[in-house]
Amino acid sequence: MNFDSLLWVLLLGSLLGLELIGKVPPTLHTPLMSGANAISGITMLAALTAIIKAEPNSPLLIIGSISLGFALFNVVGGFFVTDRMLAMFSRKPTKKNK
Amino acid sequence: MNLPDIIKFVIDLLAVLLLALGIKGLSKVRSAREANILAAFAMLLSVVGLLSYYLGTSGIPAQSWAWIIVGSLVGSLLGTLLAKKVPMTSMPETVALFNGFGGMSSLLVAIGAFLFPFNEVAKAESLEPFINDVSISVSIFVGAITFSGSIVAMAKLQGWLSTPGWTQVKARHFVNIVFGVTSLIAFIYLISGNISSIWLLVIASTLLGIGVTLPIGGADMPVVISLLNSYSGIAAAAAGFVVDSQLLIVAGAMVGAAGLILTQVMCKGMNRSLISVLFGGSLSAQTTTSSGSGEYTNITSCSVEECALTLEAANRVIVVPGYGLAVAQAQHTLREVTKKLEQNGIEVVYAIHPVAGRMPGHMNVLLAEADVPYEQLKEMDVVNPEFPATDVVLVLGANDVVNPQAKNDKSSPLYGMPVLDVQEARTVFVIKRGMSAGYSGIKNDLFDLPNTSMVFGDAKKVLSELIGELKDLGVGDK
Repeated sequence: MNFDSLLWVLLLGSLLGLELIGKVPPTLHTPLMSGANAISGITMLAALTAIIKAEPNSPLLIIGSISLGFALFNVVGGFFVTDRMLAMFSRKPTKKNK
Repeated sequence: MNLPDIIKFVIDLLAVLLLALGIKGLSKVRSAREANILAAFAMLLSVVGLLSYYLGTSGIPAQSWAWIIVGSLVGSLLGTLLAKKVPMTSMPETVALFNGFGGMSSLLVAIGAFLFPFNEVAKAESLEPFINDVSISVSIFVGAITFSGSIVAMAKLQGWLSTPGWTQVKARHFVNIVFGVTSLIAFIYLISGNISSIWLLVIASTLLGIGVTLPIGGADMPVVISLLNSYSGIAAAAAGFVVDSQLLIVAGAMVGAAGLILTQVMCKGMNRSLISVLFGGSLSAQTTTSSGSGEYTNITSCSVEECALTLEAANRVIVVPGYGLAVAQAQHTLREVTKKLEQNGIEVVYAIHPVAGRMPGHMNVLLAEADVPYEQLKEMDVVNPEFPATDVVLVLGANDVVNPQAKNDKSSPLYGMPVLDVQEARTVFVIKRGMSAGYSGIKNDLFDLPNTSMVFGDAKKVLSELIGELKDLGVGDK
């Protein structure tokens, strides 16, 4: 890809992000932040690419691997913790009437 | 385009679409949980897409596989462990920690890509060297700020770090400007080919992250975490330029922008502007020098027994939970108390201030954990008109969010912050460990009002005593 088309990608991605969330109930502020945080761990793709493209025996392998570890810590942990929070809201509202 | 390219293109498009739907769904109560799973699936899909692309083209060396497996196993296992073990009360810190690690990842991959070039085949398809260096520098700069800022935020929320007084002097802006300018100089050197200035950039931007976050205190912390979350998206997008990945750029930009909007929404909830959060410093440290440190003159304290008697006679009770409830882990005990009251036909409602606790939504999460029905939680705007028709308000470990100063006293630093009008109720019980001030460090006029009684003690202890007293009164025994 050439540089200017990547810049277009950046611009359109940002605009999409601005439009995605409008009104958020306060209840969801923390889970939404946590979920978006997990998605920001998408930088794991950069770490993966670095490891794959590294020269044989290059220290880049180790650095990439540590970087991948940090990213996956963010991604996996982030999604689990978000799910834990959201699981508490998903109880059926009818339960209390029993 | 040949086949691997086409497959990767389709998978990437699908992943972006699912991520966008995921973020959108996360902002609605009904769809939030599914949306989270959808986003997680999209992430997995993106990894599969990337790996299969390289398998189908250049191939993945065995050595790379080994490091991929080691890194992902260790990271995923530790992350899962933390996510499952951490108590619900320390959610804000956990999000900060995760976010910091995401920043660290972008930082590391940029350093690695800069110092150790990719192999020949790959180099041919990468961007021009200059643009590559700029992307790497941005990635390092934003990644380092995200990392150090998030770690400081986590340490402060955990109570490992307080807000030192010296961070409040105006000179801190100067120090941060020095860090910022140093980063900029290192940045320029780096893109003009001076390799060793990479370390200067790392150090200066790390210090900048610390310098900006350290003076911020109290209720502003969630906003900072949300902002840092937005940064980590930007760092990811910059890393996307480094490795030439459109998917990474789109996803990073999306999270960056959405994080910015969320930050704005949170600021609005607290009636603060982003600028004053970032540069205003901590409320508590300011007030020790200005107003607000008045003495209490008319404190009424009462026993748990009196409190129980009043509750028994009430028709309508509003509970105002705050950070103290979270610290005392008293949400389950509270639920037992309110269950007893409900069994006696007393209407119980929970009033949730947008920034109760240390993070918006913190109280909702806690109370949901204790099985409080979702529809009993009422937001501030809904519940405020209901206070005059309420017999008893129980304030549990909340302080600044029920301070009438915010409405009445123009000189108060809290002035203008939306608060819960608990003083309108007939009786207010404040369960509190002592007379210490709230997070803002400001005297609470509520405690001096004639219809307010203080019940001193740890929230959990007081509530379990309350259960005993209610039992003695025969409340809730069926």
